[in-house]
Amino acid sequence: MLTTEEKHQIEHEISLVPTRKAACIEALKIVQQNRGWISDSSLAEVAEFVDMSPAELDSVATFYNLIFRRPVGRHVILLCDSISCYVMGYETIRDHLYSTLGIKYGETTEDGRFTLLPNACLGTCDCAPALMIDNDLYRNLTVEQLEEILNKYT
Amino acid sequence: MEKPLTQHIVPSRKPLSLKEYEAVGGYASVRKILQELTPTEVQNLVKDSNLRGRGGAGFNTGLKWSFVPMGPDAPATKYLVANADEMEPGTFKDRVLLEGNPHQLIEGMIVAAYAIQANISYVFLRWAYKLAAKEITRAIAEAYEAGYLGKNIQGSGYNLEMHLHTGVGRYMCGEETALLNALEGKRANPRAKPPFPQVSGLYGKPTIVNNVETLCCLPHIINNGAEWFKGLSRSADAGTKLFGVSGRVKTPGCWELPMGTTIREILEDYAGGMQEGYLFRGLLPGGASTDFLVEEHLDLPMDYGSIQAAGSRMGTGTMIILDDQTCPVGFVHNLQHFFAQESCGFCTPCRDGLPWVERLLLAIDKGEGRPEDMLALEFHTKYLGPGNTFCALAPGAMEPLQSALKYFREDFEQHIVEHHCPWSTVWQPSI
Amino acid sequence: MATIYIDNVPYEVTAGKNLLEACLTLGFDLPYFCWHPAMGSIGACRQCAVKVYRDENDKTGKLFMSCMEQVRDNLHISIADMEAKEFRAHVIGWLMTNHPHDCAVCDEGGSCHLQDMTVMTGHNYRQYRFDKKTYVNQYLGPFLNHEMNRCIQCYRCVRYYKDYAGGKDLDVFAAHNHLYFGRHEDGVLESEFSGNLAEVCPTGVFTDKTLKQHYTRKWDLTTAPSVCHHCSLGCNIVAGERYGSLRNITNRYNGEVNGYFLCDRGRFGYEYVNSLSRIRKSLIRTQLPEATDKYKALQAAASAIKAGRVIGIGSPRASVESNFVLRTLVGENNFHHGVSDVEHDLAELALRILRTGAARTPSLKEVEKADAVFILGEDLTNTAPMLALAVRQSVRQQPLLEQVSKANIPVWQDAAVRALVQTEKGPLFIAASTNTKLDELATATFFDSPDAIARLGFAVAHFIHEESPNVNGLTEQEEALAQQIAMTLLAAENPLIISGTFSGSDRVLRASANIANALCAKEKAAGLVLTLPECNSMGLAMLGGHKLESAFEAVLNGYADTIVILENDLYRRAGTERVKQLFAAAKQVVVLDHLHHATTEQAHILLAAGAFAEADGTLVNNEGRAQRFYQVYPTTEDIQESWRWLFEIGTIVAHDQIIQWESFEDLQKAMAKEIPPLQGVLATAPPADFRMAGQKIPRAPHRFSGRTAMLANINVSEPKPPEDPDNPMTYTMEGYRGQPPSSMIPFFWAPGWNSAQATNKYQQEVGGPLRGGDPGVRLIEPDPIPEEIFSMAVPQNFQPLPDHLFILPLYHIFGSEELSAKSPAVAERIPKPYVAINSDDALRLKLEEGQSLSFSIEGIAYELPVKLNSTIPSGTAGLPIGLPAIAYTELPAWAILNKQIQWKQQHQTTF
Repeated sequence: MLTTEEKHQIEHEISLVPTRKAACIEALKIVQQNRGWISDSSLAEVAEFVDMSPAELDSVATFYNLIFRRPVGRHVILLCDSISCYVMGYETIRDHLYSTLGIKYGETTEDGRFTLLPNACLGTCDCAPALMIDNDLYRNLTVEQLEEILNKYT
Repeated sequence: MEKPLTQHIVPSRKPLSLKEYEAVGGYASVRKILQELTPTEVQNLVKDSNLRGRGGAGFNTGLKWSFVPMGPDAPATKYLVANADEMEPGTFKDRVLLEGNPHQLIEGMIVAAYAIQANISYVFLRWAYKLAAKEITRAIAEAYEAGYLGKNIQGSGYNLEMHLHTGVGRYMCGEETALLNALEGKRANPRAKPPFPQVSGLYGKPTIVNNVETLCCLPHIINNGAEWFKGLSRSADAGTKLFGVSGRVKTPGCWELPMGTTIREILEDYAGGMQEGYLFRGLLPGGASTDFLVEEHLDLPMDYGSIQAAGSRMGTGTMIILDDQTCPVGFVHNLQHFFAQESCGFCTPCRDGLPWVERLLLAIDKGEGRPEDMLALEFHTKYLGPGNTFCALAPGAMEPLQSALKYFREDFEQHIVEHHCPWSTVWQPSI
Repeated sequence: MATIYIDNVPYEVTAGKNLLEACLTLGFDLPYFCWHPAMGSIGACRQCAVKVYRDENDKTGKLFMSCMEQVRDNLHISIADMEAKEFRAHVIGWLMTNHPHDCAVCDEGGSCHLQDMTVMTGHNYRQYRFDKKTYVNQYLGPFLNHEMNRCIQCYRCVRYYKDYAGGKDLDVFAAHNHLYFGRHEDGVLESEFSGNLAEVCPTGVFTDKTLKQHYTRKWDLTTAPSVCHHCSLGCNIVAGERYGSLRNITNRYNGEVNGYFLCDRGRFGYEYVNSLSRIRKSLIRTQLPEATDKYKALQAAASAIKAGRVIGIGSPRASVESNFVLRTLVGENNFHHGVSDVEHDLAELALRILRTGAARTPSLKEVEKADAVFILGEDLTNTAPMLALAVRQSVRQQPLLEQVSKANIPVWQDAAVRALVQTEKGPLFIAASTNTKLDELATATFFDSPDAIARLGFAVAHFIHEESPNVNGLTEQEEALAQQIAMTLLAAENPLIISGTFSGSDRVLRASANIANALCAKEKAAGLVLTLPECNSMGLAMLGGHKLESAFEAVLNGYADTIVILENDLYRRAGTERVKQLFAAAKQVVVLDHLHHATTEQAHILLAAGAFAEADGTLVNNEGRAQRFYQVYPTTEDIQESWRWLFEIGTIVAHDQIIQWESFEDLQKAMAKEIPPLQGVLATAPPADFRMAGQKIPRAPHRFSGRTAMLANINVSEPKPPEDPDNPMTYTMEGYRGQPPSSMIPFFWAPGWNSAQATNKYQQEVGGPLRGGDPGVRLIEPDPIPEEIFSMAVPQNFQPLPDHLFILPLYHIFGSEELSAKSPAVAERIPKPYVAINSDDALRLKLEEGQSLSFSIEGIAYELPVKLNSTIPSGTAGLPIGLPAIAYTELPAWAILNKQIQWKQQHQTTF
């Protein structure tokens, strides 16, 4: 069930657009913010709330790479794999994350702490390589900094 | 040298509050248009200033506005959208403006909205720009409070609502019609043109989508006039431009410079030249979807016409440098991986052609290329051109590929003949 | 018109169309995928690229997608241009990168648009050298098979299912080359029009699951043009057979009727023809074994008829010819309609309204163009499904006329049109007993009893034209709604009123007629569509005949002792006790039918009739359109058309009229002479001696395989192919190879076009009428000088009765119709029996969802689980009619609640 708070937030977004459907992405964002990801049941609940069928909403949800339709860890690492970070050697960061966390792209650590995902350009190319964990951006990365950065997240 | 767009941006400091911004002349253009100029006069002024869209296509902004239906028969609802979905790889110029001075964007949006008589506006911001989101939210609230947004702005009778919408990924959202679909809560497939958004845009209503940098130019054009704006430039294209450099240079970054500053100046005077031990081989002048330029082009001025004449595009004006220690095949493969991933999947050549190109480049990079793969790459560069695909994504993807095949052909062939990558850093594909 | 130059040759084409349509109309083989004539262009597949030149001096040109370009005068294009050809071939190359190339085991093989287009572009060698992706397929229910690996991502399925047909549970998921077309989870596709996916899909992603049970390639099918027998709309179908069993139903394009689509009942309801309960031999009950040959059966029936005082009971699901022969055989005065008296009267009333009223019945195609619609008392999705689909298109009409034309967007620019129109809809008003699937499109809905619906209708008519009677005692809301509807209809260009017989109320019909006539009196081009109960209810009404009750009386009072029952189960027409009395009183009962049922059990002589696919005949649909259906395959001599049995009996008994007939055509001519309104039947099809270039029309395509060997396990000598005396068609591939007249198209095929897309080649203009005009002959046109146009019979408002519920009939697309319900795939979709009651009434009756409610109607006891319904009016209940598990009773009717159930007393407030 959507919580009262979620409903309240979604209703606010609906009030800004001409149809309930038009707020569906905002609604997904709100629910994902609270629950980490969009489960099938979350999807069905949101769909009903914004007057859509689950299929219609899932069509939108699965289009966007930052709506998670599978469970993710408590923290999501988005590693930029685009061109400037490529030139600046993001692969060493990636390989280091692979070995430290014991996971690859698309996987979640066994303790549910981290999910690692590749991400298209983070728009901080002058400070490549870069990654984001949750809402925090880390730039000019070196392998040495990683341990300290990861330790901030429990 | 005047730097109107970035004059109040200090990277280490919080952006100006509304009060501070007003103190340095902020929102003067809003008062001016509301008191002195009709919407058509604003349109004409901007048209005369020769401001061209800073998102990459370079279309005259005032001209773009002029296609919006105006007058009593025009639809009651019209929209203005700021395209802040900066996702072109290698591009980070709008971020500087969004994080550095959000009020300047809001001011520009009010000018643009007034010019087309839109009453609802959106900032479509990419998800990753968390700091920008925070600053814009705060700035919009301040602007409402100060009466620059909302009903009856500054007592003029003009109304404008403004909302921030943050995206949930997908490069496609940067394409203006796909952006509109995303705003409507739909899949971000592009729409057919015609009809253009000026006639049938957001929710089927007349809509203008302008790039952040374009919008940020507007207050200054209103305040200082078209001639002043043209005078900022060193070339036929008016104004200043935010240029950026990333890659193996000494001081990568973003600078506001006169339109027409040469590539060499930007690279050497601002980016500090190549890092020790790295040699310049080529660059993409304006993001991932522009053709390579090489040594011979370094003295070209960065403006729309000059770069186009050299076979590339100024695009977003943020350059990505290819150095001698980076494999050009791997470099292009990285780009094609990006484009294949970010294809919306709507039209055939893009959806199925780009992954094919990516597989070919991966094979070549891994030393598994075959001579006929070069032909396959070439037919893609030929047939994924503009008009053959539904939108500009795949044609953009082909630009670095076709120019790489021109300038770095020997490197491709060497991979195939020697069955390995001479740089031997084999790029691993993402899942 | 506009002149365009294709490869330097000038052609005259219709201006405003898109270039692809124009090229296809001119006969060019230009490949395409995402475009569909009924759904327009989106420019996704990029397959239809042509070179477009700036002017006659431009030699370079540029590639354009022909589906996205509007035809304009002096346009210079090239289809043959090398670059255009190469690009089109590459498009196939791209589409095929992940295609499994499994044509040999794919049900689509041989009728696959992707195969055709691949060959057309000349893409012969695969260049993509990497491995392919694979997908997990879904279970989609009993109708369709899903094989996602074959998908070429043309988006047609979602555009059809969602945008065109309003489905909610099929969509496209993910992005880039990970697109997935299907449901969000496994499950039965909910749309009543899902089967069209099998034809809309250009390859084998969605295929007919019922065909899969007895698979045959299209080229191995013997097919004939036929007409759907499962509702009154008369959609045109192609029925295919091999080895004596019916294999599938596909759409037969008729620009005026069903266009490109069918409903799922029509497409998948055919399998009763292959049922184990088919009557394959005639039976004489007095002998053992009962089964007998044709001649003994004929003799027995003839003697019974000769000896007895005979009455005939006709059928709304039998052809006009069969009914006419029965009527002739037993005599006009002894011919009764085998339908309930309510249905008999309603059908007659409907016919009278259409004949004497001022409003014309539009075809389904015209319904799509209506710009304001008012539906009274019909749940169209369940009673006349394709009409619901047409109404779904009509709500787009007003935005199309207003916004889209103003924005100068051609209507075929589908994506652009939808982006502009968004959720805006034209006016649609629905007044029904309970919620319907079309409600989501409605401007306003009104749920009440049939009488209240009629009152609203009368009020609307009165607001349009004051001579139509006033309605007293309306609530303020009702009055406001009636005003709104009246004003909206008056403001429209092509207002349309839809009603029919399914509410069981003549008042609703009369009210509908008043509205339509009122509009016509105000010089509006109003349309009036009335649905009818069954496929030939209109034909039967036009033939005329007595009520069923009078047949009962004739037998029970001893005026008749022999009954001939034509294709009818009387237990579905009258109460069980009444029918039992009838059979007890009758000395001889002769039944002609194709399926065993309760009535055939009572037959003394049972004649094995041909089902629709084994018969020629004519049906008259609700529009009054007579349409010919053809026998698909020859039967053994034990099974023949009802009309032929009766014809032969008539000959044996030396009936003075019948004995003069020699052929099916003689019969039809006699009918036309005797019943002049049916004269048009003669024009529905060419005569049996019709030939094209001296040849007959083949039912099988020329690639038909194994004809000489298919029965070699029984007999190696090749038998002479059976001949069909009733029409100019052969049962084999021999015959005329070109296109037959539009009423006789057994299959759509053209060189290079093996799939249903070959339809393009049969049309005068792509998406328009078939060459020579769409088949069918309209028999009813409105009266140019209507008299007494307004009915004055305004009913009183419905009053609930204590301890009673007024039972209204509810219809289900799957289950309410007799024949389709006996097809296994459809049977899977039949809902469980229930009774729907108003949620508030349920509270008062202390009933919860699923608990059982017992009541009786006319002495018939029912005990059914309750379904709560918030829209059905208080004091009424809905009973799903025709469901196999629910005993027949005439509805609407009052039911007495079982005594154990007490209405909850009003709670006493004490102080």
